[in-house]
Amino acid sequence: MKYIKQFLVILGISFVGELFKAVLPFPIPASIYGMIILFIGLMTGLIKLDAVKDAGKFLIEIMPLMFIPAGVGLMESWGILKPVVLPFCIITVVTIVTVMTAAGRTSQWIIRRDKKRGKLND
Amino acid sequence: MINFFEESVFFGVTLSLIAYFIGLLLKKKFKLGIFNPLLIAIIISIVFLIAADVDYEVYNEGAKYLSWLLTPATVCLAIPLYEQWELLKKNYKAILVGIVSGVLTSLTTVLVLALIMGLSHEEYVTLLPKSITTAIGMGVSEELGGYVTITVAVIIITGVLGNMFGELVCRIFRITEPISKGLALGSAAHAIGTAKAVELGEVEGAMGSLSIAVSGILTVILASIFANFI
Repeated sequence: MKYIKQFLVILGISFVGELFKAVLPFPIPASIYGMIILFIGLMTGLIKLDAVKDAGKFLIEIMPLMFIPAGVGLMESWGILKPVVLPFCIITVVTIVTVMTAAGRTSQWIIRRDKKRGKLND
Repeated sequence: MINFFEESVFFGVTLSLIAYFIGLLLKKKFKLGIFNPLLIAIIISIVFLIAADVDYEVYNEGAKYLSWLLTPATVCLAIPLYEQWELLKKNYKAILVGIVSGVLTSLTTVLVLALIMGLSHEEYVTLLPKSITTAIGMGVSEELGGYVTITVAVIIITGVLGNMFGELVCRIFRITEPISKGLALGSAAHAIGTAKAVELGEVEGAMGSLSIAVSGILTVILASIFANFI
């Protein structure tokens, strides 16, 4: 009963996300609309955490498995990827490093600055 | 035997799970970043399909149900976000600046490297949405006139590499705050990076989830401006 209800809520929200995607003109996928709907639902108390928690944590835990089919699909796109593989690989690797460093270091800088200020004010 | 595979609904899922499980065992045994269970699962599955001469379509007939779960799972990323709301509110400035820098850096890095390598406009816009989640990235690439199939491939490769080397990059560049680690993984490697962030901890997972949504939406807006530069 518990899991039936939780999956009903989660899949129901995914369905509403699909409706949003069909109606609204933005290139935003159903999953992101769904994430926003569930978040607002939880914040407003319309959806109780207990109504999604166990099934939700289960889905998040097995999430890496869901990327395997797309990854295996790369064997199909090898043909079109081959001519551009070298420049694209360089750009991919460099971008991962620059983006991680930018997002990580700037946020860390502000967190530490705020911590220091917090201490001074105490 | 090949006919049997073609009729089987569970072949693709079983192969994927066995391959992932082997990846987990290897990771446990060798404890090296290169033994990333997701990467190993993908490689083992591809090698098996080629060796057994089975088409991807046949494999995907069963494996597509794994992909099917991706939408509800992404919806559920709202749960860690909700649970970490207090922390998020307290650090909203750092989080916002982190994600915006991540998005701008992603677009600028692609622009600069595309200029250096002399890529065409089509190749350039194919790569612009490479750091964001597949479903949004496909839309952006299509809208700007890129090669959508290549965009999808590059997004997945980005995710897998981010998942593999994310921890190492954090160590090298001394990103130690859990919030920052999550933001870094989510902004650079979308949902696949966030899968790694979830493994690292609840705060990391929540920040990764937030990055997917915010950086995805920001990229939609900013990529259309960046597209004019080449």
